[in-house]
Amino acid sequence: MTLAEQVKAKFFNSVTEAYTDKGDEVVRVKRESIKALLSSLKKDPDFDFDLLMDVFAVDYLHWEEKEIRFEVNYNLFSLKKNHRLFIKCGVPELDAQIDSAVSVWPAADWYEREVWDMMGIVFNGHPNLKRILMYESFQGHPLRKDYPYNRRQPIIGPVN
Amino acid sequence: MGEVVQEAGVGIPKVEKFNFMTTTLNDAIGWARKFSIFQYPFVTACCGMEYMSTACAHYDVDRFGAGFPRFSPRQSDVLFVVGTISHKMAPVLKTIFDQMCEPKWVVAFGVCTCTGGFYDNYSTVMGIDTIIPVDVYIPGCPPRPENVLDGLMKLQAKIQKQKQEV
Repeated sequence: MTLAEQVKAKFFNSVTEAYTDKGDEVVRVKRESIKALLSSLKKDPDFDFDLLMDVFAVDYLHWEEKEIRFEVNYNLFSLKKNHRLFIKCGVPELDAQIDSAVSVWPAADWYEREVWDMMGIVFNGHPNLKRILMYESFQGHPLRKDYPYNRRQPIIGPVN
Repeated sequence: MGEVVQEAGVGIPKVEKFNFMTTTLNDAIGWARKFSIFQYPFVTACCGMEYMSTACAHYDVDRFGAGFPRFSPRQSDVLFVVGTISHKMAPVLKTIFDQMCEPKWVVAFGVCTCTGGFYDNYSTVMGIDTIIPVDVYIPGCPPRPENVLDGLMKLQAKIQKQKQEV
């Protein structure tokens, strides 16, 4: 049984799908149970995911087969057991929010700020959710696929 | 002063056999200024690597009197803008330029500073000449050290030729 299947067997209420994609173990998770699942995966001695390696989001705006526009991805790693798991969680466009993982791993702080800055997904319960890469006066979220690539918002100088 | 007799030209003082030379004040100041360039390297990106190799022993920018980077804009003459400038960085660059004392020159080092380069996106300034005046553009991604030295010599020629404000 692969790691993803083990996770699904143990947390069958929150995991909707488990598969292996090109050697990577992936589970899909319901949005409302993401924080509980992440917390359990960290504490559970069978999985022991003590390291949050990355949090990022993907915008599937022009993908016909995707019903939900955004997908937040977590890349978890266990230093003790040397295994890795990807967690995917769909976030709809009109209700772009998800629970923050900062209380589970403090490392999530800047990752989630980056996702908020670039994609505009709100992380509920984040202690300091403000822009990390762009400036405060910036309007919109530049890595969304509907942000025009040639739109300019300079602080000084002409619009070029 | 020795026995060297040089061709009289712009910026080259005429050194005769005697212990004096004739020139104009403007040329003499220009000659002094072009060989005592204190640079401020404003390095933000990968062009910095080529800047370093230009500055170090293999290419030795000190041959041109520009081997003394000052990391204070108040003590420098030439602002080397080396690397991509983002909109977030633009006010910083403008402040640095404003802090420099006259006379001052600006070199746009690399194609990102010249035109924005291959970036055409939300974050990149499309050429620093939209923010500050530029004297010499050195294109290239990144420019080779020879290219940089060529740009530096063109800057020296420009300094020599201009009217020297004292």
